[in-house]
Amino acid sequence: MFKANIFVTLKNGVLDPQGEAVKKSLKVLDYGQVEEVRIGKYIEVWLEGGDRDSALKELEEMSDRLLANPVIEDYRVEIVEVE
Amino acid sequence: MKFGIIVFPGSNCDADCYHVIKEVMNQPVEYIWHKENTVAGFDALILPGGFSYGDYLRTGAIARFSPIMPAVIDFAEQGGLVIGICNGFQILLEAGLLPGAMLRNRSLKFICKPVFLKVNRADTPFTNHMKVDQVVRIPVAHGEGNYFCDQNTLQSLKDNGQIIFTYCSEDGQELPEFNPNGSLANIAGICNIKGNVLGMMPHPERCSEEILGGRDGFYIFDSMINWLEEVGK
Repeated sequence: MFKANIFVTLKNGVLDPQGEAVKKSLKVLDYGQVEEVRIGKYIEVWLEGGDRDSALKELEEMSDRLLANPVIEDYRVEIVEVE
Repeated sequence: MKFGIIVFPGSNCDADCYHVIKEVMNQPVEYIWHKENTVAGFDALILPGGFSYGDYLRTGAIARFSPIMPAVIDFAEQGGLVIGICNGFQILLEAGLLPGAMLRNRSLKFICKPVFLKVNRADTPFTNHMKVDQVVRIPVAHGEGNYFCDQNTLQSLKDNGQIIFTYCSEDGQELPEFNPNGSLANIAGICNIKGNVLGMMPHPERCSEEILGGRDGFYIFDSMINWLEEVGK
């Protein structure tokens, strides 16, 4: 079985109002060194069967079609074999 | 002139749209459950507002893969009239029937209030009973109406006259301070290149009768009916 960790993040240049609000809050907490905060999504997917290459291909297709929106988001897939 | 209103799990403006089409516009209308797979027999489709599938993952992302959507996409590609309001607009974006995507409102607040919109074109199926540069007052109610697209797409929206409604002041100034949600170029509503698919964040179905404090929304549905009658001739 494979486990995938998928990180979906906003593209550079896309406004992140949540990240901005969290940044302000960190400043209020006196973390003056904070320059920027960007918030994304972390998605875990478990897959049964197939080999690593086919699993990766499948996960990229899932990300392109549903998990990420290519207009505003990038994604990165990590894959590990699990028991 | 039969209207169909697509109902997704979590739609909550479907009954308002139904009421307006049936009781105010006096046109035949039926609900279409998202598990149906045909829109045969309908002349126009409304994708209503709400929180389809709880807005999980992204607004409209899951509704976009509902069983009814291939029929909606086919209908749109054949030139059928499709209007997506609020969550319906978000679904049209996710489905690729309109370009761009929605981000969280700049303020992070859910905004529910009447806003002023400038009508940029009066030759579309949705605005032919309105006037160019007319200012209309229609309520918004959304948390994610901050329209975004890349610069090339924005340029092509402008070049092709696809920006139908923009947020403005009562006297029609399209300035950033009259933009409730931070959307690019004050965009409130856009259409596809052919002009038969419109997405808009404000809710015309909430202001189509005087008893609700205004009837500017009426003219959008009235335009659609007029256009269908003209094309039907």
